[in-house]
Amino acid sequence: MGLLSKKDAALIKDPLADNNPITIQVLGICSALAITAELEASIVMSISVLFVLGVGNVVISLMRNIIPSKIRIIVQLIVVATLVIIVDLVLKAFAYELSKTLSVFVGLIITNCIIMGRFEAFALGNGPWRSFLDGIGNALGYAVILIIVGFFRELLGSGTLLGIPVLGDPIEKTGLYGFGYENNGFMLLSPMALIVVGIIIWVQRSRNKDLIED
Amino acid sequence: MGLKSNLHNFREKNKDKKWLPAFSAIHTFLYLPNETTHNGTHIKAADDLKRTMNIVIMAMVPCLLFGMFNAGYQHHLAFGDIQQATGGFFSSQFWTMDNFMVGFWKVLPLVIVSYGVGLLIEILFAMKNKHEVEEGYLVTGMLVPLIVPIDTPLWMLAVAVAFGVVIGKEVFGGTGMNILNPALTIRAFLFFAYPTWMSGDKVWVSGAKGRDEAIAVAKEAGTSLDGLDAISGETILGSLAQNNSSMLDSAGDLWNAFYGIIPGSIGETSTLLILLAGLFLVFTKIGSWRIMLSSAIGALVMGLIFNGVVSSEWISSSSKFYGLMSTPFWHHLLIGGFAFGTVFMATDPVTASQTNKGKWIYGFLVGFISIMIRVFNPAYPEGVMLAILLMNVFAPTIDHYVVQGNVKKRLKRLKVKTA
Repeated sequence: MGLLSKKDAALIKDPLADNNPITIQVLGICSALAITAELEASIVMSISVLFVLGVGNVVISLMRNIIPSKIRIIVQLIVVATLVIIVDLVLKAFAYELSKTLSVFVGLIITNCIIMGRFEAFALGNGPWRSFLDGIGNALGYAVILIIVGFFRELLGSGTLLGIPVLGDPIEKTGLYGFGYENNGFMLLSPMALIVVGIIIWVQRSRNKDLIED
Repeated sequence: MGLKSNLHNFREKNKDKKWLPAFSAIHTFLYLPNETTHNGTHIKAADDLKRTMNIVIMAMVPCLLFGMFNAGYQHHLAFGDIQQATGGFFSSQFWTMDNFMVGFWKVLPLVIVSYGVGLLIEILFAMKNKHEVEEGYLVTGMLVPLIVPIDTPLWMLAVAVAFGVVIGKEVFGGTGMNILNPALTIRAFLFFAYPTWMSGDKVWVSGAKGRDEAIAVAKEAGTSLDGLDAISGETILGSLAQNNSSMLDSAGDLWNAFYGIIPGSIGETSTLLILLAGLFLVFTKIGSWRIMLSSAIGALVMGLIFNGVVSSEWISSSSKFYGLMSTPFWHHLLIGGFAFGTVFMATDPVTASQTNKGKWIYGFLVGFISIMIRVFNPAYPEGVMLAILLMNVFAPTIDHYVVQGNVKKRLKRLKVKTA
């Protein structure tokens, strides 16, 4: 690897699979269940978290030597809250419809355990460049799961992808619907998102037996 | 050499093959395997899993056959082919070959799909995990067709069975390890995934939905609607939920509800046959009488509470809950899927409470919550499925507290003695 040393590359690669924040550490589940009924919302949420976690990790890392440890959680909250408000306002300005779909969940990025977790566990103890990579890596790990879940939920629940009908028209009975296929309403409900995440965890752990903890 | 010894030899020869569990499943189903345990002391009992399951299936067969007759009868009645059968259960207009055949050809594919998909998945998992195919699905596979509406599309049933068997059972480790009743998991999946096929007043009579579509097409095309009357296959619960008690106001209606000559899911309408099946299960010591009895008591108590609310005039007669709340409390046992759920589902030995005291609590809450959901559920006036699933989740907790209570009581006794 020319660009990144082996150690740095691991910061990006690990959270994508074997140390995934959602499927292995089981963090950030709440938003993964709430906003994944549509693929577009999943993607926007992923980008938002990517921004907040990437920038936030760098900011915290730069300040790590001057933050008194007694009030570090408050400082972290201020940083993440600032970034989330920026994201929220940008979405409201340029993608109003989407921001309405995501509703409170943009604001709730503040409480996303992945972000506070990375601040605490990594940014406070590492330099800005490595913290940046770590933030990007974890956000991408989060994004991968969100997009997989969003893909299946939108495809099976609404028969569309990014709002474009891909299985035919359910009212005109074209495409698959002509054969009596119907959308699965359960897919649009949050419990099914939990089950989809569970299935991903199941598949991942049966492929890599080292991940099974007992 | 007969078939039996051929099969035994075949099994011996192919001991290490991967597909052996699939073969063993059929083998064990037909014959008792000729394997014996060699070391240690064993107590042998005749009531193994296979025997247990077969008895439950025997108890369900009358419900299944009745369901076929009823499906055909409701279909013909709704389409105006026959008159209302007078004389209830013993009416010759009900027990006709014609009724049976309509129901038979509707129900048989459901049974085949249920067993086919379910057993296929069981066999795949058995091959993967290298164990024998367990008998648990024999009962589930028969329960599933009995608790779905008659016109359920086969692919939907297949998807739901696959979901229910994998997510409801296999991920927990197969038969005996599941938290939720698999048959109800399958039904709950259908209910949440395809609500238009599982609720409303068009799904309970075979062909009613199709008739609605035909009317819509005719209207669109502007052609005549002669002979195309919309069919209402409303269930009694459905009409009660709309404050209409006319389907249950004469003694004859009540008897029909008891006999099961009413629209509903395929096998759950006949309270009479379910009662007999329940007695059979209790007599053969397969089903728990504690759960059945306490569940009925729970339902009656909740019904009485609602009746009390109505008679003390705490709700107005225009309230949307009035119809179901004012239903005399014991009617709740006759209508809807309550009886079927109580006898066949709540008593599932895997998912119910195990301790005797726990069974009383578990059963009581199943009945109590069933009627509560039935009255207050705005979308779907039935609650037994959700109540049993909910209590399945709580069954281990109930057991835990019962056992701990017993431990405490005994410790106290111990202290008194030593002191």
